[in-house]
Amino acid sequence: MKFVDEFRDAELGRAVAMEIMSLVEPGRHYKLMEVCGGHTHSIYKYGIDDLLPANVELVHGPGCPVCVIPMGRVDDGIAIAHRDGVIFTCFGDMMRVPGSNGSLLDAKAAGADIRMVYSPLDALRIAKQNPDREVVFFAIGFETTAPSTALTLKRARAERLTNFSVMCSHVTIVPPLRALLESPDLRLDGFIGPGHVSTVVGARPFQFIPADYGRPVVIAGFEPLDILQAIEMILRQLAAGRCEVENQYKRVVPYEGNLRALEVMAEVFELRPHFEWRGLGFISHSGLKLSHSYADLDAEVRFSVPGVRVADPKACQCGEVLKGVIKPWECKVFGTACTPERPIGTCMVSSEGACAAYYNFGRFAREREVV
Amino acid sequence: MSDPAAVSEREQKILGIIETARAKRAKFRDQRINMSHGAGGKATQGLIEGLLAPAFASDALDELADAGAVEVDGLELALTTDSYVVRPMRFPGGSIGELAVNGTVNDLAVSGARPLALSLSQILEEGLGAEDLKAEVEAIARAARAAGVEIITGDTKVVERGHADGMYVCTTGIGRRDPRARLSPAALKPGDRILLSGSIGEHGTAIMLARGEFELDAEIESDTRCLWPVVDALLEAAGPDLRCLRDATRGGVASVLNELARASSVAMIVREREVPVRPEVSGAAELLGIDPMYIANEGKLVAFVAAEAAGRALEALRSVPGCEQAAEIGEVRTEPPGMVLVETSFGGKRVMDQLVGDPLPRIC
Repeated sequence: MKFVDEFRDAELGRAVAMEIMSLVEPGRHYKLMEVCGGHTHSIYKYGIDDLLPANVELVHGPGCPVCVIPMGRVDDGIAIAHRDGVIFTCFGDMMRVPGSNGSLLDAKAAGADIRMVYSPLDALRIAKQNPDREVVFFAIGFETTAPSTALTLKRARAERLTNFSVMCSHVTIVPPLRALLESPDLRLDGFIGPGHVSTVVGARPFQFIPADYGRPVVIAGFEPLDILQAIEMILRQLAAGRCEVENQYKRVVPYEGNLRALEVMAEVFELRPHFEWRGLGFISHSGLKLSHSYADLDAEVRFSVPGVRVADPKACQCGEVLKGVIKPWECKVFGTACTPERPIGTCMVSSEGACAAYYNFGRFAREREVV
Repeated sequence: MSDPAAVSEREQKILGIIETARAKRAKFRDQRINMSHGAGGKATQGLIEGLLAPAFASDALDELADAGAVEVDGLELALTTDSYVVRPMRFPGGSIGELAVNGTVNDLAVSGARPLALSLSQILEEGLGAEDLKAEVEAIARAARAAGVEIITGDTKVVERGHADGMYVCTTGIGRRDPRARLSPAALKPGDRILLSGSIGEHGTAIMLARGEFELDAEIESDTRCLWPVVDALLEAAGPDLRCLRDATRGGVASVLNELARASSVAMIVREREVPVRPEVSGAAELLGIDPMYIANEGKLVAFVAAEAAGRALEALRSVPGCEQAAEIGEVRTEPPGMVLVETSFGGKRVMDQLVGDPLPRIC
């Protein structure tokens, strides 16, 4: 495919990998976090780990929007889906995420009308086609998907649809990063910044990472060469003792972000005082809800939900895995009580999670050479 | 962290636990049937290995091949059955009737059996248009003629409107096992080569686009076809060096490789750059975030051949009309048993696991 294959060139990849090799200080161990689940996906899809020296370790961050939804919210979604006359719509990956008593997929098998959609606009279309049913869209994702939910809500308002509502579980990227960075046991040397989120929010919001916490950030695209280059740029900063936000994904990410999208979001959403993240606990101002003027389209207002907080299982150490404090297999329940088929924590839920990846791939990762 | 030696010992122990767990027979522990039980991935495997195979315990069933072997007075036969619930009934390149013949004939063919005859059961929904039914009956007759099989018995049931989606079809096929090779999912040996009979992902992509849910347009047709001529050519070229064949239907090539890696307790390595995929398919798959290796085919097979016969087998494959794109895509290895690894076109490696979710229900 034109304009895509160019960023997947194996030969160029090897050249960047050599460059990385030359930047690595012998004996030093580097832990870099890729914040975004999309990066994690590319890293596995293309086997990018494999091209890095073993002492450059990639830690998968909290940027998988599906994995971070806590059990209590899945339970709330299921409760709405089970109500008479409701058509509950969500993205496909959300269907498998376990709540305290099964997933949305299980709820569907138990009789709830749950439909997979590819866009919030699909949910809106279903609402128009089924005027006698209540259609609820389970909105998840970071600033990447929030604008499309916002636009959908604006359209629902403009078309005066009364049978459509949104269960808003959108989250924002900066607060969890700050929470990670605040952790006294953090062991990360730098961040691969989230490319998709940055197309909306720009590069500016990440300035606090070098400024307050002394860690370099390189915002990266999602093709394998993008990611390798970003790693190379971080290592170059570390080698030169520099520490700043750099933008590898300039072809898409403007420094100021997408002002129009930010405007729409500001109109439709407001920050929740706090939001619970699976594995990370409550983080202040990290979640979005519908603003006062859109409250009538808020599913949580329209349907009373249990809203019960379901604590992460005690033995689960996802938080420490996410911070890079422990390796997946060092968690007490890894591979025994917690497996990809029966996940307990966020890192095992999606195949992109650090634990699921290690479960499937662990023994090969160790075959790499240490420089 | 504690003593590094103790740490690595613990890591080894945990990896050991995982490997034992993987090698175990899958269990069926779900409360209800959900769509993933029909997707051909892990849940389907749990249903088959955890509930069905133990209940009907038989050697033929335990092999979990595409067709069961029966011997009648020294005559070696193969029996297989399959149901078809594809939505929509008609799609570019084929229809439910054509699939119902080719799918069952192919299960016989890849078991190394020459297809002889089929039974045909139809479950029709009240209100189905006569023209639609006629068209499917004609498609079934045409496909049977093309495959050289006769339809020798059948059954028809009608259910109330809303209890079936137009029509569901079930065909059972009987075939005669070909003496030129003994194929078995457990027969793979390290060093064997993996051949693929053509470009992948076309059936699943065609269905996906035909449903019109994505508002994508592309010239992609289902690859549904009878695979016996392909099998025949392979048997002729490689004979006893042919270890196993599978048609890569639900769950795609990835699922076939995973099933056989487990059945033979071997590893496999696949070279992604060698796998033929049409640009229209890879484009659609890219947009939808699906790996073509997991997309269903209805006219492609994967062949495992001893290394020394691989060249001959590939040449024979490519000589069959429609298989010009056939390729050697990888090989069988020893370690780690039960796992499939991919060498990505970008130069890294990853595990190609079994499908967990369901990218697309009711594909066949």
